[in-house]
Parts: sequence; structure tokens; C-alpha cells
Amino acid sequence: MLKCEQFNKICVALDNCEHYQKFKVYRDNVLALGNDSLEKTIAIAVALCLVCAVLVSFSAVALKSLQVHNKELDMKKNILDVAGLLQEGGDIDSDFAEKIEAKIVNLETGDYVEDMNVAEYDQRKAAKDPALSVAIPKDKDIAHIRIKAKYAKVYLVKESGAIRSIILPVNGYGLWSTLYGFLSLDADGQTVQSINFYDQQETPGLGGEVVNPKWRALWKGKKVYAESDQPSLEKGLIEEAEIGEPALSLIKGVVDNTKPGSQYQVDGLAGASLTSTGVTNLVRYWMSNEGFAPYLAKVRTVKGVKS
Amino acid sequence: MSAVLLNDETKKVLITPLVNDNPITLQVLGICSALAVTSQMSTSLIMALALTLVTAFSSAAISAIRNHIPSSIRIIVQMTIIASLVIVVDQLLKAFAYDVSKQLSVFVGLIITNCIVMGRAEGYAMKNPPLESFMDGIGNGLGYSLILIIVAFFRETLGSGKLLGIEVFKLTKDGGWYDPNGLMLLPPSAFFIIGLIIWSVRQWKPEQTEKVEFKIMSIAHGEGGHH
Repeated sequence: MLKCEQFNKICVALDNCEHYQKFKVYRDNVLALGNDSLEKTIAIAVALCLVCAVLVSFSAVALKSLQVHNKELDMKKNILDVAGLLQEGGDIDSDFAEKIEAKIVNLETGDYVEDMNVAEYDQRKAAKDPALSVAIPKDKDIAHIRIKAKYAKVYLVKESGAIRSIILPVNGYGLWSTLYGFLSLDADGQTVQSINFYDQQETPGLGGEVVNPKWRALWKGKKVYAESDQPSLEKGLIEEAEIGEPALSLIKGVVDNTKPGSQYQVDGLAGASLTSTGVTNLVRYWMSNEGFAPYLAKVRTVKGVKS
Repeated sequence: MSAVLLNDETKKVLITPLVNDNPITLQVLGICSALAVTSQMSTSLIMALALTLVTAFSSAAISAIRNHIPSSIRIIVQMTIIASLVIVVDQLLKAFAYDVSKQLSVFVGLIITNCIVMGRAEGYAMKNPPLESFMDGIGNGLGYSLILIIVAFFRETLGSGKLLGIEVFKLTKDGGWYDPNGLMLLPPSAFFIIGLIIWSVRQWKPEQTEKVEFKIMSIAHGEGGHH
């Protein structure tokens, strides 16, 4: 009823408004014109654009908060998922706030950055900001991402003060698209817990199988860095790694878990060699000195110490 | 309302696009998205629903102002209305069905360029009243949906042994018997399936076959014909 009254008030006000009356007369005149007259063509075009612009901007602005919330929720869900903490029917917001700690890491030094707002920092946006990003030299850009943010947002899961998982953001080019995901490691910075790609546009059914839970489960327990006593790796999709370098790779076909070196190998995606190579490259890139190796070196030494 | 729904014209525009005047098999419109989204049934269903709604509402909106659209800019006017509606649909999906919008990603934007929407605006809504145009949009959307569902059914079952993500054939890589056909997951396979559908529909309804515009003549014993 109140709205009705207000509406009537507006109508009365409009009726009394001189300009509105003028507009009405003009509108009727224009509508009466022939469809092909220049004036009507222009008037219709302007009016249509105005109506459509209002419609589009109204929906964009009115729904913005819901969309932002959805996006955040989705990100939190992915992080909980890669940490193995996602519960069916659990409250994502409170679970995330309780169990996950976000930190910003300076990729070059591997130190935590304390004077930045963790909640507001968006690494993907920062990668597009010249002030916050660096170009990657071509010979080192094995993940084909060209630019990376100087600071990375990592997530930690702690249990009674000790780190239980280190969750690192990774990205790299597959066949059609840049894959964005999280890799979660044990506190030793060496053993994989899980991997999760939350944004990719690979071929559904082939490269798109990177999101398949069955395939993702194969990553558990794999080792990232080649250890000193490691036996020679069998040839994977790309060349072998030096000791201490990231060695984890996807191979063609199924990994024989009885063979030495199998702890560095994950089954390739059937029918998707290029996506598989892309995944190998992005893991190797982000685990190298270009990526999180300096950070992991430091986290490992402070393992178990309350920070 | 029920009287209107039973109207002959309304019934006609709702039912003929299903088989007799199907936008994909007869008008051969909207092929691009039919290739792109049909590797999975779930994306096909959502695409079909989104396209049906956009076609219906844009047809109704265009029809409502059809008497005042200057003919020199009519295509742009149609595009503006369609594009605005698609953006609104995209925003709504992002706000209320985030998972779905993530799955569809670029395809929602591609509805704007879907030939069916513009084809119906230009071919029907410009000449007919809003309600009939709305129904025509729904009808054509359903015709498109029907083909999409058929194509997606074959592509998903033969390509990944699943339907709507649920296992139908056990794959060899999981210890089953079915070795999936990788071609079915790639867009060209939709060409073959749509081709087969068009062929079978035209076998069933020969009147849909177009008249031959140009006949290839056989060279009767011309020079160089035999070696």
C-alpha cells in the first residue's frame, strides 16, 4: 500500500512537471512519425539504448554482492576441498574461518609479508597489475603464463600449532586454457596431499578430466622434489629432473607403483597429452626457484614451531 | 489465458518447430553452439533452457515494439535487446546458480550470436503479436533442445560412458569393457550426429528435402573421358 501511495505521488508529481508534459508531447509526435524518418530512427535508437543500459546496469549492480559472495564461497570450498576438510553439508564460511589461515608470501625471498591486507589481496588480479607483477623470462616460463604476481597467497592448515597442510596456488597453460588450481603439500613441503583445479576450459572428457576425483586421488603421497637417493626416473612426458629439482610429472599411461621412481609419477590423462604436459609443467614451474621453492625451504625449517 | 493457449496459431508455433520446422535440422541455424556444448548432457540441458528463455523473451520484447522499429536499424535494435537479455540472464546465473554459470562460462555469452534467436526475431517476431512470438520462441527453443539432447545423449554415452555424469558403460581404464570413443568428445562428432539426424528426418519426411538448385551433369563420352 505504501508503495502504491508513493507511486501515485510520483505520477502526480510527473503530471505537474512541465518537462514531463513536454516529453510526452514529443514522444507522441515521434511515435506518430513514419518509421523510416531520420528523427524517429535516432529517437528510437537513443531510447532503446537508455532502456537496455538501465536494465543491464541495474542487474549488474543489484546482483554484485551476491556474485562476489558466490565467488568467495566457491574459492573457500575449493581450498577446503584440496585440504581434505570439505564436509558434506558443513558450513563453508565458518569451517574456512576456523581451520584455514591465509598468508601472503614474497615469492622471491620466500618470506611472509605481514604489512599487506591478506583478505583483500587477489593474486590473479595482482598478476595483471604491472606494479605487483613481474614478467617471467622466456627460458624459465615453462608453464607459459608470461607474468606472475610478486606475492602469492598461500593457505595453511594447522593442528595444535603445527602445520598440517601447505596449500599453494598454481597456474599454467594446458591445451586451450590457463588452468588455475591449488596444490596441497604435507608440512615437509615434499609430499603431495591433493591437487584441485578450480578454473579450466580443457576439453570435457579428455583434458577436462583434471577435475575427476578418481584421477585427483592418484596424487596423494606423491613426491615433488627428486631426492638424493632416487633411482633414475623412467622417461615421462618431459625430461628427467636433477636432484633437488621438482621431478613430479605425468607420464603416458598408468604408473607401475612397484617400479623405482614411481613416487614422482602420476598417470597421464588419457587422450590429453597436451593438458598432461601442461599440468607437469605448471607443477614443476611453481615448485621451482621461480615459484615456491624458496618459501618451502623456509617453511620446512620452521616446521612444528608456532608462528 | 487457456483460450489463448488453445489458439490454433499458438499451437502451431509451439509444435511445428519440434520436427516439421526444426531450427537445427530444417532451418540449419544454431549449429555452432550445438557443436560446442553437447559433449555433456548437463551443459546441453542448461544451454537449451537458457536459449529457450532468451528466444522467447527477446521475441516477445521485439514483437511488442515491432511497429516502431525503423527498418534501417532493425537488426541493431534486435541485437541490442537480445544482448541485454543475455547479459541479464548471465548476471542472474552468476548470482543464483554459480556452479551452473561456471560450467557454461563463455557459452552463455554465445547465446547472443546464436542464429536461432535472431532468426526468430527477424523471421517471426517482427510480423506477429507478442504472445504468439513468445510461444514461437518457446517452440523453437524446444526444437533446438530436442536436437541438443539427442546429440548430447550419443556424445556423452559413447564418448565417456556416462550420462549426466552417471556411469552407463564401465570403461576399460576402470576395469570395465567399454573403450570410449575419443572423437565423440570433440566438436566434429556433433557434425556427424547432426548430419545423421537430418538425413533420418528427411527420410521420414521427404517433403523437407530441398529442391536441387544445381544439378551436376554427367559428361557423356566427352574428350578425355576414358583412358
